[in-house]
Order: sequence, then C-alpha cells, then structure tokens
Amino acid sequence: MIPAQFDYVAPTTLAEAIAALGAAGEDAKILAGGQSLIPVLRLRLAFPTTLIDLSRVSELRGVGEDGDVLVIGAMTKHSDVIEDPLVRQYAALLSEATSTVADPAVRHRGTFGGALAHADPAGDLAAVALALDAELVAEGPGGRRTIAAKDFFVDYLETSLSPDEILAAVRIPKLTGDWGVRYEKFNRVAQAWAIVGVATAVRTEGGSIAEARIGLTNMGSTPVRPHSVEAALVGASTREQVVAAAASAADGTNPPSDLGAKADYRQHLARVLTARAVSQAAGITS
Amino acid sequence: MTEQLDAGLVAQEIAEHPDALSKPYAGGELGRGRRRKEDAKLVTGQTNWTDNITLPGLLHMTVLRSPMAHARILSVDVSAALEMPGVIAAYSGADLADVMGASMPCAWPVTPDMVSPVHTPLATDEVRYVGDGVAVVIARDRYAAADALEAIAVEYDQLPAVVDMEEALKPGAPLVHSEKGTNQCFVFDFPGAGADYAETVKNAGDDAVVVRRRFRQQRLIPTPMEPRGVVVAPIAAADEFTMWSTTQIPHILRIMLALTTGIPEHKLRVVAPDVGGGFGAKLNVYAEEILCLVVARKLGRPIKWTESRSENYQATTHGRDQIQDIEIACTKDGTLLGLKVELLADMGAYLQLITPGVPVLGAFMFPAIYKMPSYHFTCTGVFTTKTPTDAYRGAGRPEATYAIERIMDELAAELGRDPMELRRQNWIKHEEFPYEMVAGLTYDSGNYEAATDKAEQMFDMAGLKAERDRRRASKDPVQIGIGISTFTEMCGLAPSRVLGSLSYGAGGWESASVRMLPTGKVEVVSGATPHGQGHHTSWSQIVADSLGVPFEDVELVAGDTRSSHKGMDTYGSRSLVVGGVAIHKATGKVIEKAKRIAAHLLEANEDDVEFGGGTFSVKGSPEAKLTIQEVALATFAAHNLPDGMEPTLDSDYVSDPENFSYPHGTHLCAVEIDTETGFTKILKYVCVDDIGKIINPVIVEGQIHGGLAQGIAQALYEEAVYDAEGNLTTGSLVDYLVPAAPDLPHFDTGRTETPATSNPLGVKGVGEAGTIASTPAVMNAVVDAVRQYGVNDIDMPATPERVWRAINGEGSARATAGTVAYGGTSTGSTGGAAADEALDDNRSAL
Repeated sequence: MIPAQFDYVAPTTLAEAIAALGAAGEDAKILAGGQSLIPVLRLRLAFPTTLIDLSRVSELRGVGEDGDVLVIGAMTKHSDVIEDPLVRQYAALLSEATSTVADPAVRHRGTFGGALAHADPAGDLAAVALALDAELVAEGPGGRRTIAAKDFFVDYLETSLSPDEILAAVRIPKLTGDWGVRYEKFNRVAQAWAIVGVATAVRTEGGSIAEARIGLTNMGSTPVRPHSVEAALVGASTREQVVAAAASAADGTNPPSDLGAKADYRQHLARVLTARAVSQAAGITS
Repeated sequence: MTEQLDAGLVAQEIAEHPDALSKPYAGGELGRGRRRKEDAKLVTGQTNWTDNITLPGLLHMTVLRSPMAHARILSVDVSAALEMPGVIAAYSGADLADVMGASMPCAWPVTPDMVSPVHTPLATDEVRYVGDGVAVVIARDRYAAADALEAIAVEYDQLPAVVDMEEALKPGAPLVHSEKGTNQCFVFDFPGAGADYAETVKNAGDDAVVVRRRFRQQRLIPTPMEPRGVVVAPIAAADEFTMWSTTQIPHILRIMLALTTGIPEHKLRVVAPDVGGGFGAKLNVYAEEILCLVVARKLGRPIKWTESRSENYQATTHGRDQIQDIEIACTKDGTLLGLKVELLADMGAYLQLITPGVPVLGAFMFPAIYKMPSYHFTCTGVFTTKTPTDAYRGAGRPEATYAIERIMDELAAELGRDPMELRRQNWIKHEEFPYEMVAGLTYDSGNYEAATDKAEQMFDMAGLKAERDRRRASKDPVQIGIGISTFTEMCGLAPSRVLGSLSYGAGGWESASVRMLPTGKVEVVSGATPHGQGHHTSWSQIVADSLGVPFEDVELVAGDTRSSHKGMDTYGSRSLVVGGVAIHKATGKVIEKAKRIAAHLLEANEDDVEFGGGTFSVKGSPEAKLTIQEVALATFAAHNLPDGMEPTLDSDYVSDPENFSYPHGTHLCAVEIDTETGFTKILKYVCVDDIGKIINPVIVEGQIHGGLAQGIAQALYEEAVYDAEGNLTTGSLVDYLVPAAPDLPHFDTGRTETPATSNPLGVKGVGEAGTIASTPAVMNAVVDAVRQYGVNDIDMPATPERVWRAINGEGSARATAGTVAYGGTSTGSTGGAAADEALDDNRSAL
C-alpha cells in the first residue's frame, strides 16, 4: 500500500488513546482492525494526519458480563465474537451475523467496535446492534457516556460520537427465554456486502410469536428498525401470518439505488427476507 | 484416462509414488498425474515476481491517469511535482513525444481499410478513456512518486464520452478520434465457405423456421492474481536494456519494442520472470513497458513500475463486449439451413496488439459442431471512450460458443423439440470426420456422441428432468432449469499460413531446444512462456517419456529472450499443441543423433541399434547396451565419435502446426432459481471434455476447474459497467464480483479421449475449454428455469435482480439507473411472424 504520509501513534491504554486523539487534531483517525480504513488509505481517498492504532489497548478487547448485560470491548475481533460462549448464549444473533461478515481474513482483523463506529449501512452488525437494543459506550476527555443504538447511527458513515470520543464497548441486554435468531443476508457472492440483510430475534410462547426484534441492513443511510412489523408479528403462528406482517417491512424505507440493486428491488427483498428470517427464528415452517 | 477424476487423484499419485528419487525411467510418464514441479517454490514464496526485483539505484515510476473519459489536454504542468522531495523527473506526453515512438502496435489489421488511430504511450492531445496515461513521475521510492502525482496540474477541456456502440455509429455522434471522421474501426464480412445464407433460407420457402436473438457479451475484466509490473535496467554505455515484465509474450514484446522505440532488437533482452496469471490480459504491448524503457534510456537508471489493482482495472485490457445479432434457420423437421451473425465489437478507445482480431477469430467458431449449408458473418468494430479490449481467456470462441449454444436452445423451444435431440440431429457424426465446416475449417476428429452420452449418464438427466417438472407442476418457489452446451473450439494457434491469410502480423509456430548435459541431465528450452499453466511439469514429462530419462532430471528454460531466443509465447491454448509438439520432435532429433553415436561406441550397425526406456541396445546382443546418459557423457568427452560429428547432443525444432486442434465436450448444468429473490444457485455441473491425449491429468483438472470458474463468472457474476460519462463504476473488486470457492458448485468432470490427428502427440489443448463451454450451459439452464414465465433471454450476468425482474415481466432490464443500456433484447421472430406474436404464442403455450 502506498498511502499519503501520516503520523502513527500506538497507545496502550484507553486514557492514552483519548489523549492522543485530543492532541492529534481534527484530521486524526482511529485505526481499529483497519478493514475499512486501510483500503481507503490505499486508494488515497482519505488523508488523515495521524492514525491512532488501538490494537495495543488490551482493555478494549474481550467479552464480559455486567448483570443482565453483555459487555463487548470495541476492539474485540469478529472471529472472537463468533466463538465467544457468552455471545453464543446471550446474543446468538450477533454471533450468527458476524460469521457472515466478508471472509475469514477480514474476520480475523476486523473488530466489532470498528464496524459500528464506521457506520456503513451495508455493514451487517449495525442492524444487529439496533435490533438487540445495544448501548454504545463512548469515552472522551469529558468522561464516559452511553448512547442507545437508535441514537448512535446518524447518517451514512456518521455516528453521534464526538470527534474527541472513542467507542470503548458495546452493551447488549442478554436475551433470556425462548428466543430464536436469524440473520438473513442477501448478497451475490459470499464475500460481498449485503444487498439487504435482515437481523431477527424472536421469542415464542406456545408456538406463537410473543416478541420480535428486527434490524434491516442497507435499507437506508442508517440501519432500520421496522417497529410496525415487530408489533404486527405478535401473536403470529403461521407462515401466512408472518408473511402478512413482513409485507410492511420496507414501509417508509429509503434504500439506495446503486450497482448492487435498485431501491424497489431492495424493498422487495426486505419483505421476502424478513418473512424468511422471522419464520426461521420462530421455527414456523407452515 | 477416460475415467472421471477427482481431488483424490493427487493423493493417489503420492501414495503410488512415495519416493520421487532419481531412478531409471520406468515408463508411463505421459498421462501420469504428476504433482507440479513449480508449486513448491510458488507456495513457499521463493518466487521472482517482477515487483520483487530490486536493483542498485532503482527508481520508481508512477503514471498520472485521466479522470475523464474524453477531453482535450490544454496543458500539463509538472513543475510542482519536480519540486517534491525524492522526485527525479516528471514528464508529460509532449515531453516524451520524440522518444516514446509514433504509436503502439496493433498487429492485426483485420481489413485493408481498418481505421487504426495513433496510440501513444502517454496521451499528447486528447485523453480517450478513464485511465489513459497523461504524465509520469520518476522518484526515489514509490511513496514519493505517488505523492508527486498529486502535484501535477492538468487542464482539460472535456469532450463528450462515447459509451454506447450503436449510438457511436449514428451520423453526427461524437467521435473518439475526430481526425478519423468515424467511430467505425472496420467491417469484416465473411460469407463462409458454403451457400449464400439468404438464398438458402429463401429457397426453403414455407419450410423455413427462423429464430433471431440479440445476445450481449458483457465487458469483462480479466483480473489475474498479479497485476502488471515492469523493471528496466539499462547499460547506458552500450545502449543495452534488460526488461522484466509481467508478460505472456516476452518474444513478441521484444520485437514490438524494437520496432516501436527504435532500440535495436539485439540490444534488448526481455524476461518474463514468475508471472501470476494473464488470461490474455498480458498478451500485449503496454504503454508502461515503453515508458519504463524510454525513461530508463533517458535517465540511464533502472526504472520500476508496479500496477495497483485499481490501475489494473482501468489500464489493462478488458475482454468480450459485443452485441450479437444472431439468426438461425432450419427446416420444420429441425435440419439446420444456416446461420447469420452480425456483431458489434467494442474496441475501446484504441487498438491494442490484437484488439480487432479477437471478434474476427470468432468468425470461424459460430457454426460450432453443427452441419449447415450456409453461413454469413459480419463484424463491425467500434471505437468508444473506454479501456481497450483485447484477448481474454477464449478470445473470440467463448462469444461464438455462447451465441450458437444459446440460440440452439431458442430454436429447440421454437420447434417444441428437446434441445439435446435437436443438437444430435445436426451435429457431425463421429464417422464423418474429417469434416469441412461451413466456416472453412476442417475438423480433424471428434466424437460428440460419446462425450454427450457420458455426460448425460453422470448428470442423471432423467432424474433431474423429473424433479424440474415436478416443481413446475407444484409451482414451487424454487424452480429448476437444465442447460446444455455441446461445444467445440479451435486451439493450437496457429498454422502460420492461416494467420497470414487473416492478415495477422506473425506466424504461429513454436520453438524448442533440447540439450543433453554431460551428466545425463536435460535442459529443455521452450518458446512457450509459462505464467501459471505448469509448463515445467508437462514439458518434463514429454522429455522424460521421449528420452527415457527420469522426470526429475529435466529442467525447463523459458521466458527469457537471451536463453530462450525464439518463441511465439503463450496464449490460445497453444503451448502443448504447438510448443509441446516442438519439444517432442526436438527429442526425436536428439535420439537420432545419440543412436548414431551409440552405434559407433557399440561397434554395431546403426540399423541394428534399438532405443527404448532410455537405453540403446543392439539387436541380438543383449549385453551390448548404453544408456542415453552414458552416450551424453561420451559425446561430451568427444574421444570417440564418428568422423566429422559435432560433440553435442543438442537439437532444435520449430514446429508449425498443420491444422488447428478442436477440443470439444458436453457440459450440463442444473440451476435452482429462487423465484422470490431471483437468486441462481448451481445445483449440479457436469462436464465431459475431449481434449485428446493427456500429458498430466492433474494439470488438466486444474485448467478445467479454473476455466469453469471464469465461464460461470461471466454467466452469473462479472460485468464491467461504465456510466454515461464513461466512468468505470466497477473499478475495484468491491463492485466487480469475482466468485470465490463458496460461490461455485462441485464440478463433476469426466473425459473422453479422441486423439487429434494433426499432431504426433494427439493433444488438443485445454487452457480455455472450461471458460468457453460453461457460460452457455449456465445461461441455458437459467433461461430454461424461467421460460415458463415468458422469458426467452436474460442479459449476462444473470444477477438476482435481472432474473427477478424478468420473472416479473420487466424483460431483461439492466440493474442500475446509471448503467449504459445496449438496447433492448430482441424477442425474436418465427418464419417471418412478428416478434410480439411469437412471444404471445410462447406465453399461451405455457
């Protein structure tokens, strides 16, 4: 790679990283796993003056528990998220969705927090965070604050992090009870970005849906939470009822028309894939 | 060799031959699944890629490329770049105008009046595609060279982009080369070797059934693993130059560089070191090769240029890009009357080495395996403001094969016939070979029945058809389609006199030298240049078999014009058929001479000396024998040779093929189409290829697999898309979708073996077969699955969106608003009936 010149800082604590970010000025960039930033540097589409590499900040890695909440360090690699027993037990949707991200090489370098902070609406994990009511923990010179996922994703590649803040961790309420999950990702080749993705977690009681959480990938400039579908699904127990509820999955969305797909096709896919994801998560086959 | 192969073959080879120690030749070298000699070094990083080469005082070149598809250059100011740290020099096109040559070469003027515009390595007056070179920077390192590009100021006066071939040909259209007065490069008209097409159809009267279709060969980007690179080392005092380049054609390149730059041929050495794939995209003479050479000459310093992937997508030739208007006619009983082909072929902005020849080569392949009395082919070359096209794996034959195999399915649908049955009715029967085709070629051999029977058996055609019909009846959301491709192709480019008759600038021979060393080892020098095919292994097997020496005792020398001084290089599945045969014949000359020496040493009559298994023996005297290694040592010592005999066991042979070779086969594909999303999944893929005699079945298997992947990629995944302003919107691997292992099915491969009669090895070539055959097999399967919805064609690649829109009555709509439309897909017509009527009939029949 032949990027433009930049300074490079590799702090070992979060406090140092925040200080370095403050010192480096507004054209600094945080380097997490580098799977989006490095290509941009290689193509000379970005010219940061300083890269602050978080890979040596060990306090930002790993998965832990805080009562009813799962706490995932922002620098936890995708491959570690996929394998983590706590994630598998309490946020299986995240584990499943993460296993569809790009290819093994990317999953062994890319990080959960890096993917969320990059806020690409075509990325798989923002929709999961939204569906699971995750909270994002930001730290800056002013201290720590917690941002709900619905408030975190502001626009295309834009979050509510301040320029002097670093995403430190993600808090995900544990799913306990009879939850089924499914991430339906539609792409043309396995390594490609999702044309549309549907993240679902569904709790069933006695064969019918008691609660549904849905996040849509690449259906707008931010991940989308179709609350009306979630509400309509409550009580559904047949495939026909699920399909009927999913029919409004694309309502009010404004997905992109690009090389990957036109907007109307994306909206069609959102409806089809939502029905499929919910049916599978709920174990509804007919 | 006719048995089906699988991945277990390599393991079996290892189990059966646990030691690879040097020992007397045991026979059986031809057809043996040897592991590739070259792989140990390739997979352990002990390679010599061009970009790995470093030299004392090496400078780095970067190229400033046009961001516009078409613009007049008003000014280029490199002064700020020259002020940047580490920058040694910076040149605009005007700065190099007197040294970079008048024009880069196009070696294939397909018609006497072909429009051949000037193509300088850097643009001087106008830029004509996004990626056209404008200026270069030479710096001490690549970072400085890249930084300095941004300091070059270029003023452009934007001109209209020309992106649509049909629009480009209309009167008053903006011109790519205004001084030429037209965007039409050539019209190549070929009436075939048979009857007049129009006359033949007319004479059939009411008995004629005619089907027309418009097929689109989308533009593809070859995407070899290694992008291009060049290093040039000058010896200023002697005005001598060594160039290392990621090329398939060091020999042709050397000649062309000499002719273009005026540097005498004998002062140029061109080396193709380890080269990471080419697929035709490195079969060229590129601007950067000339630029590195002339800048190295100017500065007296070694220069390196290494292409990035993004540059590769803009500045390395693309492939395909044709609009094919195809008309086929038969009698009501299905007997073919003839074929009419009208092509528009996108040249891009300039003519590269064989740009115009690629579609024209297809002229000979459209009739494929079918007997028909009449044929007419016309191809119009068109300039657009896009990256030039040129050879891409198959080069002319995939396009032709796609069109004929697709329209045979359309004809079968029109007649209400089984598509395989219609093919069987019309193909050349095995007992009819040699067969003179309506396109003028004589096919020496083939057995389409045998390959097809075997493929159908492996495929379980009856079972899959039953499942397809069951799902149709039950309106299953996941439908099945079955596709056929009974293809042939022409390999072994080419008999020199045929190339001459097609106005190609060179011959089609290949050179080989075989050198027995004093210790009995063998060096084989080949003019065919490896870039991933496995020449080291295959050539060693041919030499080992012929000379009776161990496989391990043979080394290949290739890819360097100093040590392998003659060659026509590697493309068009020609290496084995032309170069391998040259090696075989060169070894024959070695044996002939060694036999005379052996007879002399054994004090026997030459006619009584026999050779086999690496040993010369005397008839009737079992103890009188000498190994070829012993003869080699005695020849080196030269103490006791026949009077006047030169003390060497070296030989040269240059082989010029007497005919093309004609691999063929039957590929069968079953797809599942998710009608709710349009997603196509390949359920089963079976191919039976007849490539004649096989030297190494493991290499063959690898070639077939890679070829299938690329052919399937054209059908389902890959497409280079330009927007209306002439920007390449699929400018990286993010948008240009190259499939990987998870996207491809298991390949069930099998073979039949009908040896070529036109060469002593009976080989036909395998480098492109999979690519040529697989695209129509997949697309025929896709169309078969959705024909029930009134669809009779889908543009490639058959993306889920296109398939979904086709199912939902939106025809073959293109995926993106920004995409350049090529015009609507003709729905075809029947016996003069209107197209709409035919379509209505089609719908009502279903």
